Parts: sequence; structure tokens; C-alpha cells
Amino acid sequence: MQYISQIVFLIVVAVAAYFLYQRISRIRKNIFLGKASGRTASPERWKTMLLVALGQKKMFKRIVPAFLHMLIYVGFLVINLEVLEFVIDGIAGTHRIFAPVLGDFYTVLINVFEFLAVGVLFSCVVFLIRRNILKVKRFQGNEMKKWPTLDANLILVIEIILMFAILTMNATDMLIQGQDEHYTQTGTFFFSSFLVPLFEGMQLSTLIIIERFAWWFHILGILGFAVYVTYSKHLHIALAFPNTWYSNLNPKGKMENMAEVTNEVKMMLGMPTENANEPSAEIARFGAKDVNDLSWVNIMNAYSCTECGRCTDNCPANMTGKKLSPRKIMMDTRDRAEEVGASLAKGGKGLEDGKSLLGDYITKEEINACTSCNACVEACPVNIDPLAIILQMRRYVAMEESGSPASWNSMFQNVETNFAPWKFPPTDRFKWAEEMESKS
Amino acid sequence: MSDNLNNVPVMADLAAKGESPEILFWVGCAGSFDDRYKKVTQAFVKILNKVGISFAVLGPEETCTGDPARRAGNEFLFQMQAVSNIQVLDTYNVKKIVTACPHCFNTIKNEYPELGGNYEVIHHSTYLQQLINEGKVGLKGGGEFKGKKITYHDSCYLGRANNIYEAPREVLAALDAELIEMKRCRTKGLCCGAGGAQMFKDAEPGNKEVNVERTEEAIETGASIVASACPFCMTMMRDGVKSKNKEASVEVMDLAELIAKNEGL
Repeated sequence: MQYISQIVFLIVVAVAAYFLYQRISRIRKNIFLGKASGRTASPERWKTMLLVALGQKKMFKRIVPAFLHMLIYVGFLVINLEVLEFVIDGIAGTHRIFAPVLGDFYTVLINVFEFLAVGVLFSCVVFLIRRNILKVKRFQGNEMKKWPTLDANLILVIEIILMFAILTMNATDMLIQGQDEHYTQTGTFFFSSFLVPLFEGMQLSTLIIIERFAWWFHILGILGFAVYVTYSKHLHIALAFPNTWYSNLNPKGKMENMAEVTNEVKMMLGMPTENANEPSAEIARFGAKDVNDLSWVNIMNAYSCTECGRCTDNCPANMTGKKLSPRKIMMDTRDRAEEVGASLAKGGKGLEDGKSLLGDYITKEEINACTSCNACVEACPVNIDPLAIILQMRRYVAMEESGSPASWNSMFQNVETNFAPWKFPPTDRFKWAEEMESKS
Repeated sequence: MSDNLNNVPVMADLAAKGESPEILFWVGCAGSFDDRYKKVTQAFVKILNKVGISFAVLGPEETCTGDPARRAGNEFLFQMQAVSNIQVLDTYNVKKIVTACPHCFNTIKNEYPELGGNYEVIHHSTYLQQLINEGKVGLKGGGEFKGKKITYHDSCYLGRANNIYEAPREVLAALDAELIEMKRCRTKGLCCGAGGAQMFKDAEPGNKEVNVERTEEAIETGASIVASACPFCMTMMRDGVKSKNKEASVEVMDLAELIAKNEGL
């Protein structure tokens, strides 16, 4: 009989682990729908990850959300140490196994955890207010209707409830300790003491039920939340790390070279090409029409996006009323990868479902509005690069569809025939010098 | 080197004489064809002549770097341009390139190496800063711009694209002018609206032009001069000033023009 709770605990952990494993494998597959990235290891990558992901360097461009986010982030990391105790207690059937071992230090530790829990609570409440009452502009936007807004609020509410569960558990535990001295003694917890009046006067058995309920609620909540996160924008808590590790380390102005084009250009100009004797590799497509034309880093970018909207907020096209929203580019990429992955898992048509990222999710009007100014890339706290996706789509439109805007086609023609983007005769190119020299 | 400030040495002529200049001044299409930006080209040539640096231009042999074609998606056209330009540059054994266009600068510096073109590429804002540091220009003090309110508009292709934020500001500091920053500056600088080949098409439907949004911010600083370092930014900011009917009180000038004027050139 006494092993029932331990068995239930193990089953619950196993079920959560199973779902997590399934989801992570699926996301991994979806990300690897993309092509090879060519990004290789370097010390610079570790440095970027430590500064930008672990150190949250780019968050601190906006001090208020940075501070609130830091509270949740540190709370999340440190409170998870307590989850370690939960797991050991759950498996071993013990209660607060670290308390007798650590003695007074245990009291200090739990007080620190409680302090952080209150910090998390505070931040989540402020974040809910910012989203729903103050209606901070970057959380609105057309792409934020329905699920993205619900997702954001759910995350905050779940975190608030989880923190309350911890505090409730500690409050009732203190009362139980007072009534039953055989119970593990832990000393006084400062923050949960404020909840004690709620439970005073209750019978010992009721208190034990509430304490156990809060314990189970918290651990089940954490496991459930972990699974939920894999369906949510909240995935950034894990992916921010690999995402920053795989950041673009080149100057932001540099566009990726298309080596498959270089060979053809050199042949056209009668120049020696590398691997000239080898038949050129099968080129699936120039540029990107669908997720599999992107690099896998582009798709990982999409899964790392937590929809904070700093990119869109800083986008010159978006702030002047154009349809382009860099955040939507990332959300669309993720949604399309999810759609293709779900279809493939069911043995469906996957990429051949007659839909594509460009066309069914992202329109030409959006990608044509981009000024390639890199404000979105600069603004992203986890180094997501929406511009890379936009430019690859422009390549598809220009080279596969010849579907660029008419003025761009004229510009192409001018470059080809006049060697300048404007329709000036090449013979006028040096007139500025003639004008100058005629003055001397 | 030359007493004539208006002298424009051409690479082919120098090569014929067996000479090779220290730097190649890459003029760019806007600097060659755009009436307003031609003045910047000319101002920069005057500065080069004044300091006596040995330079040359490609003249009629220069063609578009391919930047707008690449940003608009036409990789073939870009690479055709790039490979041909690299052939020309390598024929003359060019080592060091200075240009007054951030787009040319970005393309030649960052994108030509993969296609076989390896050069030291310097934007004219950095080059002017070097001349100032070497004491070759701008040390007169009490010049024409002393105490004048100037705001600097960051070009995306210098700033975020290549992390050049301080050189243009140090050039302005040499004028002894009062630099007033816009709220959105440096890494947060707002685009003029012309990058990514937008210069060559109408804006997509929206409720405002990007250049107007940016110009309003520049005008709000109360500066009488908007300093720019890019031909597209200059066009966009000038159009913005015109649309706000502020031509009488606000002038858009390139860094090279400011230095040339300060030098009395």
C-alpha cells in the first residue's frame, strides 16, 4: 500500500517522458526538413551563447521587461533545484529528503526559492497586465490573434498557479510540523507564512491532504507544462541556447553566397570552375519556396521564437503600415514546418500537399516590403534572423518565377544592359569627372 | 601630388604608364549618375587631391556591384556583375578600395571574397576619420560648421550591417559642430526606406513612407544639417525634407561635402 504513491509517481514521470520524447523527436525532424547550414564550431559560438542566451545581453536594451524576465528566468533555473528534491521524494517515498541532511541551510535554501517564486509571481502578473490591460503594442499585431495570445496568457497563468502551489505546500507543511512533531522540521519560511492564516484551524488530516495535493499538483504541473512547452512559443527556454550558438557570425550585411550559381556564372564567362568535370549537383530549386528550401538553422530560428515582437516593433516597413511583420515570417515558418511534420507522421503528403510557405503563408507583398535594414535581426534577444528567410524567398520569386515587381525587373534589365540600376547610358558614367575637369 | 583639385586619374591611364595608385576610389552608380551625389563624388575627389594621396578611379570601366540585383533576389545577375568587376579589379592589381557608398562597400568587402575578389575595402567615413586622425584634414578649428547643429542619420549598411557607428560621428566631431542624436540612432537607427533594392521600386501599400517617418525625427532634433554617408539615404532624406517643406531650414549633406566645405574646397 505504501508503495502506491511511488508507483503512481514513476508512471506519471514515464508518461510525461514518453510524450516529451515523441514531441522532441518530431520537432527535431521538422527542423531537419531544412538543408545543411554550413555553420561550424568556433569559440566565438560559445561566447555568443553565453552572452546572449545565458547572460540575456540583448534583453537589456529594454530595462523593464529585461528585469522582469530575469526574475522569471532565474526563478525557473533555481526553483528547478527544488524539483530535484521532488523527484527523489517521489521515487523514494520520502518527505523533504534534503531537510535533515542540510539542516539550517535547507531553511535558507527554501526561503531563497520562495523569494524567487514570489519574484516569478510578480513578473507574471505584471506581464499579464502589460499584455491584457496596458495592451503593449508589440503584443498585438495581426498575427497575434487567437492562439498566440491564448498561448502567452496560458504560460503566465500556469506559472502563477505553479508558484502558488509551492507556497501553499510550504504553508500547510509548516502548520503540519506545528501539530505533529514527528514531521520533518524545516524552520520558518518567510513568504509562505503569509498564506498560513488561510489554513489555520484546519484539522491535521485536511492539512496533510492539502499539502499532498499541492505537492502533486506542482510536480504534475511541471511535467505537464514541460510537454505543453513543446507545442508553445515558450520553447525558447530550451532553444535559445542552440539558436544563439548557431547565430550568424558574419557581418549582418553579408548575404549567403549561392555556390550553385557561381559555377554556372563562371562557365558562362568562360572561366575555369571548380569541379568542372563533375556533373553539377541536382539543384532542387533556386531560393526558397517552402521550408525544405531553407536551412535547418532558419527553421530552428522559427521554433526558438517566443513572439515577443521586438523585430516587428523595429521594422521600418511594419511601423509605416506595410503588411510585413518579421515575427509573422518566423511564426509562419514554424507553422508550416509543423504542418508538414504532422502530415508526414501520418503518412500523408508532407511537402507535396499542394501548399507552400511562400504563397499559402507568406505573401510576396510581405517579402517585397523589406528594406534589408537588419533592425529585426538586431532587435531579436535570441539572434533570430528573419531577413535570411525573406531574402531566400526573393531569390525564388526572381529566379524561379521571374515574378519580381515590374520595377525590379526593369532594374535588372538596366544592370544587364547599362551596368547601372538606372536607365542611364554607360557613356554618361564618367561625366562627373568631365564636369569637374572642365572647371579647372 | 597634384595642385589641381579637380584632377581625376583613371586606372587605365595610370596602368598604361606603369603606375599603380595607392587606392582605388570606387565611385558607385549613384556617385556617377545621380546629380546630387555627383557633388559628393566631386567633393571627395577634391579632398583626395588636397591631401595628395595617390588614387585613381575605374571611370568608364566601373559597373554596378550587383547589390540591388542580389537584394531583389537575382543572384545570377549579381554574380555576373561581381565576377566581371573582380576581373577588372584584378587586372589592375587593386589592393585597397575606398568608396562613398555603403552598399558598394558592403558588397565588395563582404560578398566579393567568396567569388575570388579580396581587397581592403574602406568606406569614406572611415577614410575621412583616418585623414582627420593623421592631421591631414579638419584641424583648422573655428570653421564654417563650428557650433552648428548637425544630426547624423545612420546608414543601415554601415551601421547594423558592418558595425560602423563611430567613424562618421568622429568626422562630424572634427567640424566642431554640435552633434544632436536622433532618438533612434546607432544600433537602433531607423532605415531611410531605400535599402534592399527598395530604392528601385515604389513602397508596398502602407500608411506612411519610411523616409517621412525618419525625416520627421531628424527635423525634431532642430538640426539645420542632416549628415548622411550613403547616396540612397541622401535621396530619401532630401525627399523627406522636401515633403515637409523644410528645404529652407534643413539641408542634407554628405560627410565628404561637410569636410570639403570646412576645408574651403
